[in-house]
Amino acid sequence: MAESENIVAETAEKIFADLADAQTINRDNKGEWKAPLWQALTDAGLPLAWVPEDCGGSGASLAEGFSVLSAAGRFAVAVPLTETMLAGWLLAQAKIASPGGEMTVVPASPKDRITVNADGSLSGRARGVPFAKVAKHFAVLANDAKGDFSIALLDAGKCRIESGLNLGGDPSDVVMLDKVPPVAIKPAPTGFDQARLMLMGGVARSLQIAGALESMLEISVRYSNERVAFEKKISKFQAVQHNLARLAGESAAALAAATSAADAIANATSFNDEVFLEAVAAKIRCAEAAEKGGGIAHQVHGAIGFTIEHILHRYSLRALAWRDDFGSESYWAVALGKLVCNRGADELWPLVASR
Amino acid sequence: MTAALRFDPIRLPSECEQLRKEVRAFLAEEIAAGTFDPHKPNREDTDVPEFSRKVGARGWLGMTWPKKYGGHERSFLERYVVTEEMRVANAPTRRFFVADRQSGPVLLKYAPEHIKMEILPRICRGEICFAIGMSEPNSGSDLFAAQTRATKTDGGYLINGTKIWTSSAHIADYMIAIFRTSPPTKENRRHGLTQFLVKMKQPGIQVNPIGQITGQYEFNEVVFTDHFIPEDHVLGEVDGAWKQATSELAYERSGPERFLETYYVLTELVRAVGSNPDTRSAEGIGRLVAQVHTMRRMSVSVAGMLQAGKEPVVEASIVKDIGTIWEQQLPHRVRELAAFVEETATNRETLEKQLDFAIKTAPKLTIQGGTTEVLRGIIARGLGLR
Repeated sequence: MAESENIVAETAEKIFADLADAQTINRDNKGEWKAPLWQALTDAGLPLAWVPEDCGGSGASLAEGFSVLSAAGRFAVAVPLTETMLAGWLLAQAKIASPGGEMTVVPASPKDRITVNADGSLSGRARGVPFAKVAKHFAVLANDAKGDFSIALLDAGKCRIESGLNLGGDPSDVVMLDKVPPVAIKPAPTGFDQARLMLMGGVARSLQIAGALESMLEISVRYSNERVAFEKKISKFQAVQHNLARLAGESAAALAAATSAADAIANATSFNDEVFLEAVAAKIRCAEAAEKGGGIAHQVHGAIGFTIEHILHRYSLRALAWRDDFGSESYWAVALGKLVCNRGADELWPLVASR
Repeated sequence: MTAALRFDPIRLPSECEQLRKEVRAFLAEEIAAGTFDPHKPNREDTDVPEFSRKVGARGWLGMTWPKKYGGHERSFLERYVVTEEMRVANAPTRRFFVADRQSGPVLLKYAPEHIKMEILPRICRGEICFAIGMSEPNSGSDLFAAQTRATKTDGGYLINGTKIWTSSAHIADYMIAIFRTSPPTKENRRHGLTQFLVKMKQPGIQVNPIGQITGQYEFNEVVFTDHFIPEDHVLGEVDGAWKQATSELAYERSGPERFLETYYVLTELVRAVGSNPDTRSAEGIGRLVAQVHTMRRMSVSVAGMLQAGKEPVVEASIVKDIGTIWEQQLPHRVRELAAFVEETATNRETLEKQLDFAIKTAPKLTIQGGTTEVLRGIIARGLGLR
């Protein structure tokens, strides 16, 4: 990790440690922690990390931003930081300046489409949009009748929103656009399509899942070294040790896949099959790890981990929820399988061994 | 954080890509010449001495060793590329693989200079084959229970006892083995074992082949009866083998051979499915490719960290743990997907034969090179649980 990534990640870590402590948040029924956390993140320039300075942001590199998302995953942060970063990044692709405040991206599923009408307004329906309800603005990727993509900034107040919650209890909403006039709209860069947005979002979620698994491993190890049963610490039972070793394996796989994908995107000069493999493989593997690893973390904790008072669910349920955003693992596995078959058997190893 | 795991996103440097092209071209030539068939991992002739010499002549053995011993002073990542290309092509590496990966580095570290000068260049030329003498009839994962005795005699040691499951002992020129030179002490049950260089095909050594469930005869029983080993064949400290065994394990555990042993069935499945897969096949293949990609990223990451002088011991054990389980499950997942392959697929028979062999191979993968149970114990220790 380059030094600048360290500094940005450390800034984020410090804010999370001070203002997003899982135990404190878990006891706060009124959500009073949210405003100070968001304010501190904003003061540090993190929500608009990926927005160039001339578009109103702090102009951090992709790699620096990704390191913030890993930290956000480790703290299972439940404010729209990732979403605002993605929205700012999307708007910046078309050189649209980002306003302040919370944002999110529309659509957030590869199957939903937003269309640009002949009069320049936007229509369509997007499900599972994270934090749409609390966002002030939406960054939207839409295509017109010819199939050309545009990027638009929308005032969230002009859109109809149907509230919902994901598995982790965070907003996951349906956004309905009926001829909504955008605040700004510009053509997307050549070659920028919905897959690009989905894969960027997918890599963000992969990093968050990997981060959450790191924390699940840490708190599970700690708990096993505290909890006594049958007159010894449960960490001394071989069955428990082997379960935790498997959790470490899942956490390691998620971490390796997600950081590699982030690195591939941060350094990509073109969006080729190799970058596609990195991005979708990370989403697939991290989603699988969320299921297997989260299951083990709960197993180690026993009944206490199933209570609302314990912090484990903050990580385990969010990791499961994040699987669904920007295309699930089964969706991307089909896409990857088709790509691999289309390239042919003898082109599989060269793809895997390309870097 | 109790034990923060690290998997830096390592990329192979550009010199590796040129090397990869050379290795692929070489393998294609050898396949065309009929030296081996990449579609037949179950062939009988896994020992191909001419192939071994050709690989040596290319400079692909002892790649990381000093030039004075015949090595090439290249990076560990370059060796990685050669290893993975050979493995994926199902090349017959049996004769040189153990010597190159494991035995050579042990000699480099512990053998006297004249032995290094004599043996290492021959490994680099692909002339000699090594075996590893660890397991015994009553000592498998519990290495320190080894009983085979090395008794001090004039000018050396006399060896008596039996090693077992010794891969390649029937073709090996040398073995690196541990023998008991003293009883264990009360304080340290690992004390008393010494590492030796054994010259095979000598009086007092009998090699008895053992059939495997795959139909192959790769491993053996090796019986020592008053076999003499000269003094200068002791490797390292007498009674202190336990101090020497652990440091190289990170290299041994995390290489491409730890997750690619059954990879060929995935390639063959893609061939059988064809360019336009149904949804189920596409999803199945996509998930398997995501797994192999992730395994490789983890393995390359550990290789890069080792090259950089770090010691990712827990990370390497994790690669072996999940790598072997993945290569063990792979043929079973491919079998499920193969049920939907069209009858007309031209490689159907090849795929079925490969699956039979890979499914029979699978049980050994979590046993060789440290069982899953042992590795999880090591990971647990790294996590601070033991």
